[in-house]
Amino acid sequence: MLRFKAAIFTLLLLLLFCLSAAAQTAEELSDTAALEEPVYEIPRLAQVTNFEAKDSPDDAGGEIELTWDLSVDDKKEDGLVSKYVVLRSQNPTSDFHIVGVANHRDSSYIDKNLKEGTDYYYKIVTFPKYQGEVRLTREEIDPLMEQYPELTELDIKDVSMLAEYDRDIMSVFDDNILGISRVAGPVKSRAQWFNSKDLDTLIIGLTICISVVIFIGMARGGRKLFLRRIGGLQAIENAIGRATEMGKSILFIPGIQDMDDVQTVAGITILGRIAKTIAEYDTKINMPVSRSIVMTTARETIKEAYLSAGRPDAYSDDMVHYITDEQFGYVAAVDGIMVREKPATCFYLGAFFAESLIMAETGNSIGAIQIAGTAMPAQLPFFVAACDYTLIGEELFAASAYLSGEPKQLGSLKGQDVGKFIAMVFIIIGAVFATLAALTGSEDILEITNMIKSWFSA
Amino acid sequence: MRREIPLIITATVGIAYIIQYFIPHTPFDKVEALFSDWLSIIAACAIWLGALNLLKLSFINVSKRKKDWFFSLVIIMSWLTMAMVGISEGPGFQEPGTKFDWLYNNVYTPLSATMFAMLAFYVASASYRAFRARNFQATLLLVAAFLVLSGRVLFDEIVFGFLPADWKILSTISDFIMQVLNTAGQRAILIGIALGTVSTSLRIILGIERSYLGSD
Repeated sequence: MLRFKAAIFTLLLLLLFCLSAAAQTAEELSDTAALEEPVYEIPRLAQVTNFEAKDSPDDAGGEIELTWDLSVDDKKEDGLVSKYVVLRSQNPTSDFHIVGVANHRDSSYIDKNLKEGTDYYYKIVTFPKYQGEVRLTREEIDPLMEQYPELTELDIKDVSMLAEYDRDIMSVFDDNILGISRVAGPVKSRAQWFNSKDLDTLIIGLTICISVVIFIGMARGGRKLFLRRIGGLQAIENAIGRATEMGKSILFIPGIQDMDDVQTVAGITILGRIAKTIAEYDTKINMPVSRSIVMTTARETIKEAYLSAGRPDAYSDDMVHYITDEQFGYVAAVDGIMVREKPATCFYLGAFFAESLIMAETGNSIGAIQIAGTAMPAQLPFFVAACDYTLIGEELFAASAYLSGEPKQLGSLKGQDVGKFIAMVFIIIGAVFATLAALTGSEDILEITNMIKSWFSA
Repeated sequence: MRREIPLIITATVGIAYIIQYFIPHTPFDKVEALFSDWLSIIAACAIWLGALNLLKLSFINVSKRKKDWFFSLVIIMSWLTMAMVGISEGPGFQEPGTKFDWLYNNVYTPLSATMFAMLAFYVASASYRAFRARNFQATLLLVAAFLVLSGRVLFDEIVFGFLPADWKILSTISDFIMQVLNTAGQRAILIGIALGTVSTSLRIILGIERSYLGSD
């Protein structure tokens, strides 16, 4: 009897176990069915039109430019389009995969890092906004991302929408569910031999270069060239003379940029001229720098200047010394040198930032003659306010040629004036056309204005 | 040859740079990146020249007890501390949470900010000198500065607060001065700078400008 009861009990337990297992399986199956069945209806959007793929112009190869007219649904206010998904393949009928995404209202995309000479085919998918809630968890997203790495181009909402529609997520792009454009291609990317976008720059640059060369030739031929007086440059010799009379040093600051900045180069070329005069006057120069390469270059420049002045014995490497690359560390050191050594003359010639006023005001407080020059427009007012003389923009670049007094160097400055004349002419023409376009509302005049603008804009 | 070789290098590099701007095809498209890499390598090596030069001069100042030698001692101590802490922490010494990072954030950054903060006082003293009405131009500058400052602070609100928004003339005048007059002046300077850059570059590339080599 006991055995019978035990058997009944065991059977009941087994039955209960089977029932619970069956219930759990049914629940799981219903869950799977819920995910596998399309529960979200993806809105069908109009495809893009006039879709074209062509080799990206004026590049080094490896890029293809895609253009299209917006989907009709994207032109509407509060349209349903969230983005345009770009698909690429090397086969016109299959193997398309996502390579990028363009925002809605964008009508172009540049596909990069391609193999030159390979045929590519493209499709654009008009991708809808997801109106529902994100139901996928991170645990569900991660395996999908691993399986289809290209999904990283989409966001979690998009992936959730696609998964809710069909668990075979990429099949959506093959079905006729989304607004998929016609296939564009084949198209190959190729490198070009000339960047036609910069043709205007080339023409303007060549005009200036040719005029510089012509004026150099004229100056060499003995023609007198008029150059306006630049006060700051004429004061250089006086400033060096003052330091000599006072028996104090001259401080030269070449800015805080490296030798790859043309302002530093301009500062160093002026240093060459100044150092020669300093050597002739037997005055001391102190040049703290914030870049090691500037230190090496400046040492060579000063050494050669002393050599050409016949005073190689007076030169010392310690005239140029490195402080630090850090902007305000450098400023603190230079201010300290100024306050302790009280130089009679301070030159600030190069590229400056926030430190310009700190240094110039300290120099002013010690009563030094200060000559500054920079091509940083934001720092010019500070130098004008705190220094005795300021070389404004182009004067910094003209300084070395001006100081040399050589005909060929002065000729290059006159060539520069031709560039200024061209700029003035086009500014006046542009201003007249822009005003006429605004007054008359004429599309033709506006087009001419925009054309002139495009010649001078990057 | 001491002067010819630098001139040849300058001309070659300058022309190669110009060519790469207009020709995107290989090998010219690699020129800019290649030269930038070279510059980075040279700069990385050159930093030692600078750092050692700083140490050398500081040691000389301390050993000879030159005037203000104490400041040189501070430089040596700071240099050695940062170098030793950085080296002891290995390749990740700049990562957040390292001792080097702590020193940088808690010593260098506040000191640097202190220097920067001095700018506010210098702006005031420089403005005072610049805006003194010594002649017609300086008076014009003073008036323009007054109008711009008044338009940029709450002055307009306080004085003309009772007027409709469109009638707040100080901010309108301030915007006009900054957007029209100031922009026009800045652009004129920028055009001159661009032309000056072209002219200087041409002089250096063609070897007309040789003052940086110490010869005319």
